[in-house]
Amino acid sequence: MNAHHPQKFAAAMLVAILICIGAVLVGPKVNAAADGTITGSVKLNGTAPHMKGIDMSKDPYCVKANANNAPKLENVVVGSGGGLENVVLYISEGLTSPTESTAVQVFNQKNCMYSPHVLAMDVGETFKVETSDNTAHNIHPNPNPMTGNIPWNQSQPPGAPPVEKSWKAPEFIEVKCNIHPWMHGWFAVVKGPYATTDADGNYTIKDVPAGNYTVTAWQEVYGKQTQKVTVAAGGSAKADFTFQAK
Amino acid sequence: MNSQLMRWLRLLSMLGFFAVPTLVVAQLTRSQQEEWLHTPAVTSHVGDITGDANSGRVKGDYRRYCVGCHGELGDGNGEVAQWLDPPMWPKPRDFQLAIFKCRSTPTGTLPTDEDLYDTIGRGLDRSAMPIWNVFTKQQRVDLVAWIKHFSPRWQTEKAGTPIQIPSEPEVTADRIKAGQDVFARVQCWKCHGVTGEANGPSAATLTDDQGRPIAPFNFTDGSRPKCGSTDQDIYRIFMTGLDGTPMPSFADNIKPDEAWDLVFYLRTLQPHNEFNGREREIAKQIGLKPLNALKLSQ
Ligand code: HEC
Ligand code: HEC
Repeated sequence: MNAHHPQKFAAAMLVAILICIGAVLVGPKVNAAADGTITGSVKLNGTAPHMKGIDMSKDPYCVKANANNAPKLENVVVGSGGGLENVVLYISEGLTSPTESTAVQVFNQKNCMYSPHVLAMDVGETFKVETSDNTAHNIHPNPNPMTGNIPWNQSQPPGAPPVEKSWKAPEFIEVKCNIHPWMHGWFAVVKGPYATTDADGNYTIKDVPAGNYTVTAWQEVYGKQTQKVTVAAGGSAKADFTFQAK
Repeated sequence: MNSQLMRWLRLLSMLGFFAVPTLVVAQLTRSQQEEWLHTPAVTSHVGDITGDANSGRVKGDYRRYCVGCHGELGDGNGEVAQWLDPPMWPKPRDFQLAIFKCRSTPTGTLPTDEDLYDTIGRGLDRSAMPIWNVFTKQQRVDLVAWIKHFSPRWQTEKAGTPIQIPSEPEVTADRIKAGQDVFARVQCWKCHGVTGEANGPSAATLTDDQGRPIAPFNFTDGSRPKCGSTDQDIYRIFMTGLDGTPMPSFADNIKPDEAWDLVFYLRTLQPHNEFNGREREIAKQIGLKPLNALKLSQ
């Protein structure tokens, strides 16, 4: 067959070679090991604002569930050494390939509060809304429908099965319960890898491919700050942020 | 021509360097908006009638009958809107967001063309939205297409799949009692109150998606539900929710058979109307007692 159709054979070889070259060129990008990290801490400079206590007397279950602690608002949570909790960190510029995350995170309704207060997630990532409470909630996120994220509102009475959802576009989405108006939290939808600061204000964004990036820190009251970082293959870059108390 | 150019240049320099790009952008979006408004290729289908946002007549109908409340741009900012004060008078719907209360489709999805068609013919009780039953069918279906042309969502999303409603079973005393248990278990009373009088513990603080005060439905004062009064309508209302309001969807937490029980129980809360003779009679026969608020909140 080869002997009979030399041109065809040559053409086939050419195509094969081109595919090989293509694979070599494209391959590393597609399979780029995303094993770098960006770490750091987020602090609040100045006196933390007073977080008001919550009056839950509308719902005796909620009062009882919080009998041993004094629940308060969570808009600004400052830990030891001025560390800011619940700050979302993500790569706002420089990512070339989409990330794929398989983790299914949980947003829980517990003791008539949201846990966590801020749930960060990738665009398209599935998450679950659960309830541990023996009182009815309704889970009601309020995104801007013009972004492609459509608001919905589902009841979660005691023993309700989890609600599984995802969001289409990056947006900081407020979520509330109409039954318990103090319940207020966030779905922080970003593109790519992300992290949320812990109680001491520390964070690590994992699975970052090598590259030059802009990292953004978002806090629901203080807004956004950015920094440029360079991550080497498998390396770690550092970015600390400080927000100023108003 | 030349002096006009000079005038423009002077104006531009007065506006300053930074204002210019903003101006250009503003003009672009304005003209884009205009183009969007004048060339809507949006259709609607109800039964065997096709509606068309380009039908010569619909724009005139909208201008004459709807624009005063819903506004030229469909954003709900017509001239009348400022006089409407929630919760007594809800604000007109913003069609650009395409969030609708009356849907046969799950929460978070677009309604069907039929849903919008039905709403236009039905009006919305306890609001300024009139009943538009003077129009021909064709006019109403065209208006549906016109409403859809205001939001780009209708280009990128499909209407949701209507929920399945099994055929209505026979009303029995057991079903009414079971319905009361559902009302207690999923805690409708948190908003609607144990006796359905819109006075639940959370009623006073409810707000809609725009942060405006909104009252729960009062079952006892003869109000008609906005999204229809038949048994099927009531079933649909709590299984899909009223999007844009605190009224959630219960589709994940009430089984279809239980949903009918709940419909029958809700009927006993209403004063006598054309739909609830049987339910009220049975409730009376068995001496159905109202739920006990104290016991529920324990
Ligand atoms: C006098 C004011 C007024 C006029 C005129 C008016 N509307 Fe409305 N419309 C409203 C208000 C107010 C609402 C919201 C009511 C509510 O939320 O309960 C509304 C809501 C709607 C909705 C949303 C229904 C849903 O499920 O959320 C549609 C559709 C609608 N109107 C169509 C029309 C059409 C078509 C016309 C003209 C034929 C029209 N309206 C004229 C006041 C008006
Ligand atoms: C979080 C509070 C809340 C809960 C819980 C709730 N509702 Fe509602 N409901 C509302 C509000 C607010 C409205 C009024 C919406 C409007 O006028 O636009 C409403 C309206 C209604 C209506 C009338 C809709 C119409 O078309 O006018 C019915 C029927 C209804 N609810 C049934 C129920 C049932 C049954 C349950 C429990 C399975 C329930 N609701 C749970 C807040 C609630």
